[in-house]
Amino acid sequence: MSWSSSNYLCLSSSSSVTQFSRCKLPCESEGQRGKCQDLNRATNISAYNSLKPPSFKLDKGQRRNDHVLKKPRNISAYYSLKPPPYKFDALEPYMSKRTLEVHWGEHHRGYVESLNKYLGKDDILYGYTLDELIRVTYNNGNPLPEYNVWNHDFFWESMQPGGGNLPILGLLEQIEKDFGSFSNFREEFIETALTLFGSGWVWLVLKRNEKRLAIATTTNAVTPLVWDDIPLLSLDMWEHSYYLDYKNDKARYVNVFMDHLVSWNAALARMARAQSFVNLGEPKIPVA
Amino acid sequence: MALRALTNVKTLGRLRHQQIRGLQTFTLPDLSYDYGALEPAISGEIMQLHHQKHHQTYITNYNKALEQLDDAIAKGDASTAVKLQSAINFNGGGHVNHSIFWKNLAPTREGGGEPPHGSLGWAIDQHFGSMEKLVAKMNAEGAAVQGSGWVWLAVDKELKRLVVETTANQDPLVTKGASLVPLVGIDVWEHAYYLQYKNVRPDYLKNIWKVINWKYASEVYEKECP
Repeated sequence: MSWSSSNYLCLSSSSSVTQFSRCKLPCESEGQRGKCQDLNRATNISAYNSLKPPSFKLDKGQRRNDHVLKKPRNISAYYSLKPPPYKFDALEPYMSKRTLEVHWGEHHRGYVESLNKYLGKDDILYGYTLDELIRVTYNNGNPLPEYNVWNHDFFWESMQPGGGNLPILGLLEQIEKDFGSFSNFREEFIETALTLFGSGWVWLVLKRNEKRLAIATTTNAVTPLVWDDIPLLSLDMWEHSYYLDYKNDKARYVNVFMDHLVSWNAALARMARAQSFVNLGEPKIPVA
Repeated sequence: MALRALTNVKTLGRLRHQQIRGLQTFTLPDLSYDYGALEPAISGEIMQLHHQKHHQTYITNYNKALEQLDDAIAKGDASTAVKLQSAINFNGGGHVNHSIFWKNLAPTREGGGEPPHGSLGWAIDQHFGSMEKLVAKMNAEGAAVQGSGWVWLAVDKELKRLVVETTANQDPLVTKGASLVPLVGIDVWEHAYYLQYKNVRPDYLKNIWKVINWKYASEVYEKECP
């Protein structure tokens, strides 16, 4: 599909920080939206917010715009529903297609829609990127549930089909430096997840001030961004993310996440980007 | 015969040990109705999981935390004792809240859903206008609870009035007011409705009123405000 992409410059950086900016459609500014042939295509572009077109194939009977938010007319600031970077059944049998359909299609979509609706009423917050919005509206630890949008985008990208195993290269070294060994880290992560009370998230973050990795938990919709830490991985411990597959067996869910779902590639990419903000020390250059 | 004497001594010793410790452990209370009796408002699968798994887990962890607390107090270990407080709050609160919840529910054929007559009905009309308004208010507050929590209809026994309150996670109602006595509590944790209603919490709240046991609520109310 060829995009006339020069008109629709939606910036995106690496997957960890998604920058949404309003795509000004030429047909809109001329007041000719109905006549714009590219309107449908534009919806796709602005929804995906990345320079490469979506490459997944549609299932039989699924329409192309099935899970893309239709562009609302009157809302002036909006965020889009970004699909996970894999098909819904790609995470079977560890996370079922049904869970993804409900978790992404209903929960995440609901959050995005209520966020847009809320922002449609509030001009002050117009034009922020999602990151900035979260920081600005932290509200002392009680942000609106709509801020789960960022968390969920991050969560989908923290998983991959065929995930699990071990991290590699610098990330593994850093984990070993900060936790002792990978299995220590794994145990601590699992224990933290299991002792979390209520709804929340478990994160692997890079702490800016202390210049080290740490495991953090947040409740409800809070993200570690508000503490200025850089998240590398997240695990959704809200009941809705595991209830359909594991009912109340949180332990199995967390173990399966660590063994089969977690995307160390994504974490490595985010870590690489994070190192441009946090100086983790001199690299070990072998002496010739 | 010597063996029997031995076992007697042992069991006696253990009993005495428990009495000295004085620690009472909690057990899962039985439901007075079948798991499937609340259909179609709440499915039998949810009831079974909720009762046998979730509530049981709270009780198990509560007992464990109490034991650890007992040890810590006996040893004078203040920091451990304080550290255990959140586990006790959470699991103990979970046990207390769920025990009330089971009594708050009744199958339709046993009076579930039938609005209260008598003093509670009158008080509801007085404070909220009508039963429908109370239900609407509780549903709105329940749907607005972020994450996990409970929504309560309670009576303030000092001020003798009805209030609608929400609590987060498993905090018991008294954290919102020491003189609040719960009459009806609705669990809006996702585990209470997810398998049946998925993320549509408002539907769950709308339907649960069909199985609310107002007889129990009236009894509690009349005890506090005779």
